[in-house]
Amino acid sequence: MGEAAIGGLQVPLRTAAPARWRTATFGLPAPLLVTPLLLFLGVFYAYPVAAMLWRSIATPHFTTAHYAELFSSDIYLLVFWITLRISLVTTIVALMLGYPVAYLLARLPPARANLLLILVLVPFWSSILVRTYAWMVLLGRNGVINQFLLAIGVIQTPLRLLNTTFAVYVAMVHVLLPFMILPLFATLRGIDPALLRAAASLGARPLAAFRQVLLPLSLPGVFAGSLLVFILALGFFITPALVGGPRDLMVAVLIQQQVEILHWPFASALAMVLLIAAMASFALLSKALGVERLFGRT
Amino acid sequence: MLFYLAAPVLIVIPLSFSSGLYLSFPPPGFSLQWYGRFFADPAWTGAAWLSIWVGLTVTVLAVLLGTPAAFALVRGRFRGARLINGFVLTPVIVPGIIVAIGVYFFYARIGLVGSPLGLILAHTCLAVPFVVINVSATLYGFDERLEHAAMSLGATPAATFREITLPLIRPGILAGAVFAFITSFDELLVALFVSGSSAVTLPRRMWDQIRFNIEPTIAAVSTLLIALTTLLLLSTEMLRRRSVRLREG
Repeated sequence: MGEAAIGGLQVPLRTAAPARWRTATFGLPAPLLVTPLLLFLGVFYAYPVAAMLWRSIATPHFTTAHYAELFSSDIYLLVFWITLRISLVTTIVALMLGYPVAYLLARLPPARANLLLILVLVPFWSSILVRTYAWMVLLGRNGVINQFLLAIGVIQTPLRLLNTTFAVYVAMVHVLLPFMILPLFATLRGIDPALLRAAASLGARPLAAFRQVLLPLSLPGVFAGSLLVFILALGFFITPALVGGPRDLMVAVLIQQQVEILHWPFASALAMVLLIAAMASFALLSKALGVERLFGRT
Repeated sequence: MLFYLAAPVLIVIPLSFSSGLYLSFPPPGFSLQWYGRFFADPAWTGAAWLSIWVGLTVTVLAVLLGTPAAFALVRGRFRGARLINGFVLTPVIVPGIIVAIGVYFFYARIGLVGSPLGLILAHTCLAVPFVVINVSATLYGFDERLEHAAMSLGATPAATFREITLPLIRPGILAGAVFAFITSFDELLVALFVSGSSAVTLPRRMWDQIRFNIEPTIAAVSTLLIALTTLLLLSTEMLRRRSVRLREG
């Protein structure tokens, strides 16, 4: 592609390699265009986070005491275990609930699928605070569910639903489900339905066709959705803080509590461990797929 | 299943119009009293205004920083471009609490706690990836021959950008801007630490109120937020369709 025919004349185009960025980035060197953003993120994001993490080993001078405190205390290790357990259960439940929905959406004609997709996207973008509040209203002692059960006579005294592990699971799965459905939907829509018909016509039962044809082909979506939900769940704050009980203390909530009682270096050490966990999961995720594909939010 | 997804939203909206004094379902009657309370209370309206103008400033900053960066990262061929791309996207993946306390410790040292400026700077870092992602998406599908044609016909780089490039990537910029605004407008964790008592945003005020009682004023605020989100989402969907139409000529 070095020239084009315009009105029968061969016109050389300025796409030759040496002059490429003259057209591609309008005469400006590409590194210059990204510099303002890098400086901004460097000063107001990367430096503060790095300095905060640095505190965990440098307060008051070089020390590993804060990490030793973390790893020698049963309570703090328990919080990490709780965080891991809640994140894993949330991911598994979200996968089991999200897969059929994504499959249904992928098989519907586009016009109807788009309409139903709105039901997934509105919660996706509406505030987590609003959605968690909705669950508090539903699950509260005088909440909608208790009032309903009392009215139809199933129970005589209100059930304790809010501030339980059950509430954390219900609300977290709800808040994170769209992050599972969207990547699954994208993958499943790309699978040719003729493959399933072929499997069926060759005598595969529905379950066998699912296990041997659909599931293997949809694995990239399963990985993407699961890891995304898992990473987000690890750092969850709002939902466990509002609907969880004392036995559902997650790392992010613990960090906030430590900051409030001015245990800043210890909070930093907790943040470091959380960050490493999230980054390791993310590395796994971007290895399984391209980074760019993960962020196409629609 | 889809009902489970939508149910909480469907519960909050009718409750916000309740004429009762408590959250009872079904609501005893229709009333706008909770909306009245919201709009009559300067603490609520002040928080809403702060969130709106912080969000708009963040949107402008994120677009100005993110758009040129997207050009450089998609079209530039330079060493470290992939690494920089990864770095620019990390604010989406790093848990919010980590960014929040990092920024809080930093601001505590330089005296930015309790100022809207502090919120704007931190929110811009969280919002800018969405601009980069959306503008990049339009650039990946961009037929650069259109620009080559314009320039070979004598258009200056500036004129080419204005007349050819900008109209084609505008849907990406606008979608990025919408997501940037929502990111700032909904942000709680940074606000939790950095707001102090003088720069209280809407999510921060909701958080403070929810912890004491879950009175229906919050249902009214929630309904307004859901309406706003839906409206913004529909507008980006229209932008996306427009973008597809433009590309297909």
